[in-house]
Amino acid sequence: MLVARTISPIATAEIAELVAGYARALSARRMRSLQGLAVLVVCIVLAGWAAEVRPLTLYDKIGNFTNYIDATFKLESGDRVWTDPVEWFWGLGKWLKLLGETLLIAYVGTIAGAAIGFLFCFPACSNLMKTKWVCFVTRRALEFNRTVPELVFALIFVYTFGLGPVPGVLAIAIHTIGAMGKLFAEVVENIDMKPVEGIAAAGGTWIQQIRFAVLPQVQTNFLSYALLRFEINVRGAAVMGFVGAGGIGDTLIVSIRKFYYSDVSAIIVLLILTVMLIDYGTEKLRHRLIGSERQR
Amino acid sequence: MSDTSARLRESILAGQAEIMERHPHAFRPAWRAQLTPAFVATGLVGLFVFGLWYLGFTFGMLLTGGSQLWVILGVMLPPNPETWGRVVFYLGSLAETLGIAFLGTLGAAIMAFPLGFIAAKNVVANRIVHILSRRLFDTIRGVDTLIWALVWINVVGLGPFAGVLAIACADFGAFGKLFSEAIEATDRAPVEGVLSTGGSPLAAVRFGVLPQVLPVITSQVLYYFESNTRSATIIGIVGAGGIGLHLSEMIRTVEWQQVSFIILMMLVAVSAIDFVSSRLRQAIIGVRPV
Repeated sequence: MLVARTISPIATAEIAELVAGYARALSARRMRSLQGLAVLVVCIVLAGWAAEVRPLTLYDKIGNFTNYIDATFKLESGDRVWTDPVEWFWGLGKWLKLLGETLLIAYVGTIAGAAIGFLFCFPACSNLMKTKWVCFVTRRALEFNRTVPELVFALIFVYTFGLGPVPGVLAIAIHTIGAMGKLFAEVVENIDMKPVEGIAAAGGTWIQQIRFAVLPQVQTNFLSYALLRFEINVRGAAVMGFVGAGGIGDTLIVSIRKFYYSDVSAIIVLLILTVMLIDYGTEKLRHRLIGSERQR
Repeated sequence: MSDTSARLRESILAGQAEIMERHPHAFRPAWRAQLTPAFVATGLVGLFVFGLWYLGFTFGMLLTGGSQLWVILGVMLPPNPETWGRVVFYLGSLAETLGIAFLGTLGAAIMAFPLGFIAAKNVVANRIVHILSRRLFDTIRGVDTLIWALVWINVVGLGPFAGVLAIACADFGAFGKLFSEAIEATDRAPVEGVLSTGGSPLAAVRFGVLPQVLPVITSQVLYYFESNTRSATIIGIVGAGGIGLHLSEMIRTVEWQQVSFIILMMLVAVSAIDFVSSRLRQAIIGVRPV
């Protein structure tokens, strides 16, 4: 109130009213924040109870975590792994072959999934498919494909197709169909419809409309999304081996379960390097694609 | 009408040589422009076929596997949990799954929040700190949630707590990167405003940066909560709690009707979470879900 008096004594009442209003607004906001916080705390307690969180165990055992990480960087002789890289990466040839298999699983799964997703994205678009129920059914099918996790498909396929990379590829392909189909359909729904109308007016069939009016507008986006998906699928393929569906995951889970410490770190280092390399490569490719689109 | 078009055609044909000279690129044979894409496409298809062969795809295998899959699909329908006790049991582990996803996401966000500021170029203007923190995030992100789960099982034992820690770890890397990028994208003007009125650097972050990034960060956290609900359903396959454990058990013991019931429950839970979180996102930042 000191400030108000020095400026103009007449407005004191007015200012007092404003100050009170501000205080009210502030306390209302504080109240809302407190309510939000209370809801959050209740959620945390409930979730903590459901997920059997034991902070004390964590506090007791956190040493195990650092010890574990520490142990993975030690050779059997007790030396640090980087003192003897040859011993650390003793299985390099075998692991690289498995990594290659992992990449191939991701590649074949991405190509097959993207191709089928490509076919199914057009009936899922409300602007191209005028029959409502076809649109609805395709959308729900795509949704199912991407909501069920890859590993669940992999578990079922391992049972029917047997152990090995085949169920891994199929699981990734099915998940990719769902994810790509949805993204492709979203791209197609945002196109300019004038070329489509032009081809339709000239007597073009539905297939011709898609080939000559839709495809030229969407192909760069499609390729870019497929590359992004490949990146994701490489990560997915790396853990397919956990359920026996091929790739390097099988060797990794065995070395974790059997406490082959230095193997664990070696394989994870190889995996991280591969993922970084693939990320870098696909990013470069995507930038070139987008660049070539801009030039036209 | 036809007379006009015929004349037009004649005039164009008369000047064809000149037009071709003026626009050579438009008259280049089409196959030349298509040569590179054709090469690339051949390479991609070649690698695909090689992959099919190398990974052991055979027609007979697909046929027998496919027919067996068809049989199983038939057995799966209708989904049937058999007893109410099982339904309650599965609901319990579904709650566990949601708890894992919620706490994992929250834990990752709380851990990554301060580090996001440290890794942001405009808050801590130190190249070494920037590069080191980014590489740290990349490395943590490069290790899959399931691998983290296996590591944490070794530390705190089998059960959902290992799952919480695994999701918290894996997302810590992702959040760190996303948060620091969001902070770097903020407008500098409010920060300068706070500093010019004599605010400390901490006050500049609190009143200049935080109000700008909080909505972005909240929406990212909610988005990750959705995606983690999916991850948490499978984390049980390696023994880190949640409904995945029962799913893989039921598949191993070939109880297909139970399997389809669990998958159905997972689908319902995931869509419910998607719905709630997209509503929340809309309410918090006032932006329609993408």
